[in-house]
Parts: sequence; C-alpha cells; structure tokens
Amino acid sequence: MAGLTKSQIGGFLARQGILVAFALFIIGFTIANPRFIDPDNIMGVVRSSAILGVMALGVTFVVISGNLDLSVGSMMSFSTIVVLDLHDKIGPTLAIPTMFAMTLALGAFIGFLVAFLKLNSLIVTLGMLSAIHGLTLTYSGGKNMDIADKEGTWFSVFGQGDIAGISVPILIFLLLALVLGVVLAKTPFGRKVYAVGGNGTAATFSGVRRARVVFMCYIISAFCVATAGLLQASRSLGSQNTVGQGLELEVLAAVILGGASLLGGSGTIFKTVIGVLILGFITNGLLLVGLQFYVQFVVTWVIIILAVWLDIAAKRGKLWSPIA
Amino acid sequence: MSDPTPVLRLEGIVKTFPGVRALDGVSLTILPGEVHALMGENGAGKSTLMKVLGGIHQPDEGQIIVSEEPVVMSGPLDAKAKGIVFIHQELSLADELSVAENIYLGELPRKRFGLVDWAELEAKTNAILEKLKVGFNAKTRVGDLSIANQQMVEIARALTVDAKAVIFDEPTASLTDAEKIVLFEVIADLQAQGVGIAYISHRMEEIFKITDRISVLRDGQYQGTVNTADTNEEGVTQMMIGRKLDLSRNESHHELGNVALEVRDLSCGKLFQNVSFEVRRGEVVGFYGLVGAGRTEIAETLFGLRNPTGGTILLDGEVVSINSPYDAIEKGISLVPEDRKGQGLVLGMNCRDNMTLPQVDDLKAGPFVADGAEIAIFDLYRDKLDIRTPGWKQQVGNLSGGNQQKIVIGKWLSMHPNVLIVDEPTRGIDVGSKAEIHNLLRELAAQGYAVIVISSEMPEVLHVSDRIVAMYSGRITRTFTSEEVTEDNLIQAISGIGGDKVA
Ligand SMILES: Nc1ncnc2c1ncn2[C@@H]1O[C@H](COP(=O)(O)OP(=O)(O)OP(=O)(O)O)[C@@H](O)[C@H]1O
Ligand SMILES: [Mg+2]
Repeated sequence: MAGLTKSQIGGFLARQGILVAFALFIIGFTIANPRFIDPDNIMGVVRSSAILGVMALGVTFVVISGNLDLSVGSMMSFSTIVVLDLHDKIGPTLAIPTMFAMTLALGAFIGFLVAFLKLNSLIVTLGMLSAIHGLTLTYSGGKNMDIADKEGTWFSVFGQGDIAGISVPILIFLLLALVLGVVLAKTPFGRKVYAVGGNGTAATFSGVRRARVVFMCYIISAFCVATAGLLQASRSLGSQNTVGQGLELEVLAAVILGGASLLGGSGTIFKTVIGVLILGFITNGLLLVGLQFYVQFVVTWVIIILAVWLDIAAKRGKLWSPIA
Repeated sequence: MSDPTPVLRLEGIVKTFPGVRALDGVSLTILPGEVHALMGENGAGKSTLMKVLGGIHQPDEGQIIVSEEPVVMSGPLDAKAKGIVFIHQELSLADELSVAENIYLGELPRKRFGLVDWAELEAKTNAILEKLKVGFNAKTRVGDLSIANQQMVEIARALTVDAKAVIFDEPTASLTDAEKIVLFEVIADLQAQGVGIAYISHRMEEIFKITDRISVLRDGQYQGTVNTADTNEEGVTQMMIGRKLDLSRNESHHELGNVALEVRDLSCGKLFQNVSFEVRRGEVVGFYGLVGAGRTEIAETLFGLRNPTGGTILLDGEVVSINSPYDAIEKGISLVPEDRKGQGLVLGMNCRDNMTLPQVDDLKAGPFVADGAEIAIFDLYRDKLDIRTPGWKQQVGNLSGGNQQKIVIGKWLSMHPNVLIVDEPTRGIDVGSKAEIHNLLRELAAQGYAVIVISSEMPEVLHVSDRIVAMYSGRITRTFTSEEVTEDNLIQAISGIGGDKVA
C-alpha cells in the first residue's frame, strides 16, 4: 500500500496535532503581523508567561498524580495580596516567608482533604476556589492593596529586575522548571507520582504510600503558587483582590496542551513548559492581529477543548471513533 | 465435517509494531463446526492474530477471507456484522452499565423515536443468560460481578448474533471448574450449529478435551497444524518451544529452617475464620480451594490490605501488626496479586519502572534514582523469566498477557522477600515458562525463602508444594503433606465433604 492511509494521517494528527496547529498559528500570525517573530516580542511573551508558567509547573504534578487543582488562581490572588500587605507591616524580608508559609498551609489543607480524606479533587479545589477568594476579600477588606513606597523598595527585584540581561521572572521560571523537572523525572518521588496517577491501586500494592504522594503534589503546587504570587506582587507593587481570577483554566490549558492526560499518569515538566509557551504565543498573536484581550477567553476555551479531544484521540489512535 | 468450505481463512498476515514483528506471514483456516486451538508461547502473536481478525488491528500485509470472500475488517462492530465475534483475553466491559447494556452495547434494540426498547433488551438478554446457566440477570450492574461472571458476560456477547466464527482468547484463565464446564457446553452448542471456533489457551487439558485441530505459532511464525487426535502434550510443547518439559510432581524436599511466618486463629469478618498455619523457611505451602474460599483474602490480610478482626500474625516468632502494604514490604513480605491489570501493573509505565517500583526508594544514587541499578535488575529478571519485550522502555500495556504477568512476578522476586506469597502466579503463562516459574519458586525456597502459592490449578499446587492447605468457605479443612495428598482427597477437602480436621 503506497502513500498514507486515512487512518495513518488521523493517527499522526492525533499524536502531533497540537504541534501542527501551533506551526500553522505561527505562520498565520507572522504573515498577519511580522513583528510577531521579533526577538523583543518573543522575549516579551516569555516574560509575560512566566507567572502562568510557574503555576503550571506545580499543577503538572497534581494532574500527573491523577487529580485536579482549580484553586491556583484564587490562591495566587491570596498570596499576592498577603505579601503586599505584609510588606509595609513587617518588611519584605519577613513578609515573603510568612506569605509562603500561609500559602503552603492552604495547600496542605487541600492536600489533606484530597489525599487523606480521599475527597474528589474537582469538588474540593472548586470549592477552595471561592473559599480562598472569600478569605482574600476578608483579609483585605475588599480594598486594593498597594505598597506605600514603590520607588524605595528592593522588593521589586523579583518582578522587574534582570540579571545578565534576562529578566528575573524568566530566570525564576526556568530555574524552577529545571528543579521540578529533575524531581519529576529523576527521583523516586517523581516515579511514584506517575505510578499513583497511572494506577493508584497497583501503586498501593507496590507499597507506595499514595496519600503522602498526592499530599506532596498539592504542597508543590502551593509552593509554585506562592512563587507566582511573589512575582506578581513584585511586578505590580499593588494589586486587586482578583488578580489571579480565571488563571486556573489557563494553567490547566497549558498543562493539557503540553500533553499531560487528565486521567493522570502522563505528562512532563518539559512538555508543560512547551504548553505554556504555546498558550503565551497564541495570546500574544491574537493581540498583535488586533483582537481584543477578551477574545482570548474564548480562545483559551477552544484550546482546552482541542487539547482534551486530542488527548482522547491519541489514546484511541483515531480522531473520531463510532464506539464509546 | 460435512461442509468443507472454510468459514474463515487468513492468508499471509503480517503485523509489525515498533521493534516487534508480531506476525510474520501467518496463514490459518477455520472450518465450520470445528474447534481450532491456537497455541504458542507468551508473545508468540496469538492475541495479535485474533485482533487482526476482529478488526482491532489492521494487518500490514495479507488477507482475511470470510466464506470465500476477501474482506477488510474496519473495526470490532464491523467484524461482528460479518459474523466474527471476539471474546477478549482482557475483559472489556463497562462497569457502570448493566449486563444487558454491555451485551448489546452499540446495537441496543430500538423502539420508535430511537428510544431503547428496554423490555425487549431484558427479554433477549435473559434468554441468553439462561443458556449460560449463570446466577445473575440482565439488570445486574457489571461492576458488581466477579471476574468469572464478567467473563460470562463477554461470552454472552458472542451469542447475540448469527456468528460464523467465534474467537476465544484465554477464556478460562479466571473461570472456576464449574464455570468451565458451562463454557465447554456453550462451545459444543456453537459447534453443533456449524460455527467455527478459534480457541486460545495455555491449558493442555482443555486443548485435548475440546479441540479438533491445533495450530502453533512461534515468534510470529506459523509452525503448522495438527489434528488433536494425532498428537499429545509433548508433541505440542515440542512444536511450541522446540524442546521437552519435565512435568513430574514435586519429589524433592529442602532442608527446612525456622518458622518464618506463623498465623494463629486469624479471622477477617465473614471472609475467613480462625485460620492457623505456619510456613518454614525452605518450604512451599500451597493453598488450594474454590474461588471464594478465602485464600486471596488471607493473602491480602498478610500484606496489610485488610484489617484482621481477630488472631495474630508472627514473623520469625515475633508478633507483628501489618497495617499497609508498605509495612508488609518493610517486614519482608511480597505479594504477587491475583489481578495483574488492576493490582499488579501501571500499564502506562515502562517495563523497568514497573518492576522496580516497590524498591525505588532504595535504588538511589544521591537524591536520584540509580538508572544503572534499575536496568540491572530488569535485565536479570528478564533473562530469568524469559520476558519478551523489545527493551525496558516498552510500555507494559503493549506486552502480551503472559509477559505482563512475568513483569509482576519479576517485580516481587527482585525484592528478595522473607515470605513470598503468589496468588495465581501462572495465569496466562505458557507451559514452558510455567515450568520455569515453578522451578524458580522451588529454587527460592531452597535458598531459604518461605513461599505461599495460592492457585486454582490442581496440577500447579501438586507440582510445587511441600505441604498443601485445603480451604473451604473461609476455613482450613485440612493440611496435607505432599506424600499423603491425592487428587481425590484434595477435592474432598475443598468441597467441604469429609476431611479430618473440619473446624
Ligand atoms: N499494541 C502493541 N504495541 C507494541 N507491541 C505489541 C502490541 N501488541 C502486541 N505487541 C507485541 O506483539 C507480540 C505478540 O503479542 P501477543 O499479545 O499477540 O502475544 P500472545 O501470543 O497473545 O501472548 P500471550 O500468551 O502472553 O497472551 C509481543 O511481543 C507483544 O509485545
Ligand atoms: Mg495473548
């Protein structure tokens, strides 16, 4: 049989579809606006993706372990507000660790509910999405939070500084990606995350303490959220209570786009980074083409659907299947 | 056979997967009204051949001919429409749906407006279930059925259409003896109606009991077809693996050491009561009984998966409490579980990672997993157990059924446990490897391990055990030494008739 059969093409699209679509996007955007592939623009995209990216790293662990984390957006708002508030009260040196501790406590609480009480992670984190939002508003009294002396604080270094010409958020994102990538790919803990997400029962039968592994994934996710909150606060030095609103879906989109399966057991940090960049470039491209930023909400949704479809299709090896 | 026109012919089928030539020009003819056995070692390509027939895989080369007409099977439903029904090695049922829905999935009877005709569905299903003499009905949720009963649902699927040929891929791997008899009746019925049957199994007794002809595959190549009446076990084994096997009963005994595991009056609710036994180092103790006798539950209790409601467990003379598999492994207990897909393996993970999972914390170079040590373990057990895979990177889900089972066994042997419990260790494993695994279990005992073998296959229990514990409905009825045991007194003991020490 010469040439490709229909099902072979389908299979290829199912496996590589997202890269094909991405390539088409890039070509299209570049034709529409050549500034798209300008090095400055590319750097800009990476920088503006860094916060989302940092959160996506943590969520990757949670998703691979077979769970969801929809609370990261409102948790990031919480971290941002808390660190900005404490900055003026106890100074940045103490504010940062205090904010990390508080965010990790939230992560530990979620982890406890999901891992040890074995509650459904979708319900728990969806509930925490609004509960933490309420917590943030209570904390701030509903007001925006601003640092009094915006010029005189070294706190801005995380969000605005650069080292050797590369902006600090990018460096932090890449460093964290490297560390977490190694943890996931090379350590016993990482191996167990895959096992728990791939087949929890078999993992238990192999002596893996499943609850601990899942709990740790939520702690890692919370750590990443706290880091993202730090970057956000340091970049803007002032913030609304809703700064992270809606990010949970974009984060999830990036993770799935990178190829992690919602069923758990697959995905890598490297792929998530790719997913983050794809999402960042598409958003940027849409803006450059002249579409309003809110179009992006619709596009994000379309991307999630596309990614989930391709995920299922890749498992079937077909784009479309008449049975189940 | 009155009608010599074959119902089904395969010609020169080739199928390759990355790194494996699973089928290499295989031809096969199935006549109407015959039971045609397909045999071969684990990974020989039997399931793949049948999947090609059933439209699950497309062949790279070759032709499928149904009733003298070349056909292309575009999918399982298409194959079924053409009269080829496939009963899988691995169950493929929807747990949440009822028995009736599973049986007619994709072709539910309809009323006006496309609504499902539930009354007819139920009536049709119950008619089929009646033939199969099963103890459940159309409305039962499949997830609530035992594995054996789920198998019966798979079989029921085959009876819904006017099949020309029915393929059974290791249907008896998880059936009890009584259920097997029903299955063989069903097969005889189909046969009488002129349906051609392809039958895959590693169990020789069955092959010689119900099949008419035997075809053998080896490494994806067709080795030939013989009339069952003209050959014997030895002949078939020779064709499959190219050598003979020693299938004698266990005669030798090893030096026995201390008592490694002692169980006193152990109970777990209704599952088993007042179970007491001991296993010494150097000893293989077989647990024999019907499905549901409580053997697996005892194993699971010893492995920390269930909390006993009474009694004590002693390891090397010390009372221990085992609260989780993690605990059990720390204390030197290993369990090869009954259900390889559900409990034994992470199918999406590669061979090596699956095998080393229980000890991954101990295989460290600094903070990282020591790649080299892991690969060394994998290589060692791949060779010992003759695991057929293109390499350690292969996903376990892509291995043949028997090779998957070997990965589970390798995983637990490599832990060097003090007490090794194996539950149905050779389910789906070919005759050659079965003998290897039996030898390995004897060898481990000789090295001073205490070994417990749970099996529903009498020859297996007789072959490997120094002592045999017979169980009936949650109680130990009798313990035999290998000298005193006979097939008859063993059967008596497990059916709750007679026995000396009925508790
Ligand atoms: N989807 C797949 N991807 C890659 N390799 C595969 C796949 N399915 C089967 N194989 C390989 O093809 C070969 C034949 O496998 P098959 O399942 O047909 O063996 P089998 O004869 O049924 O063995 P068993 O007795 O263990 O069930 C094996 O080497 C297996 O690893
Ligand atoms: Mg098979």
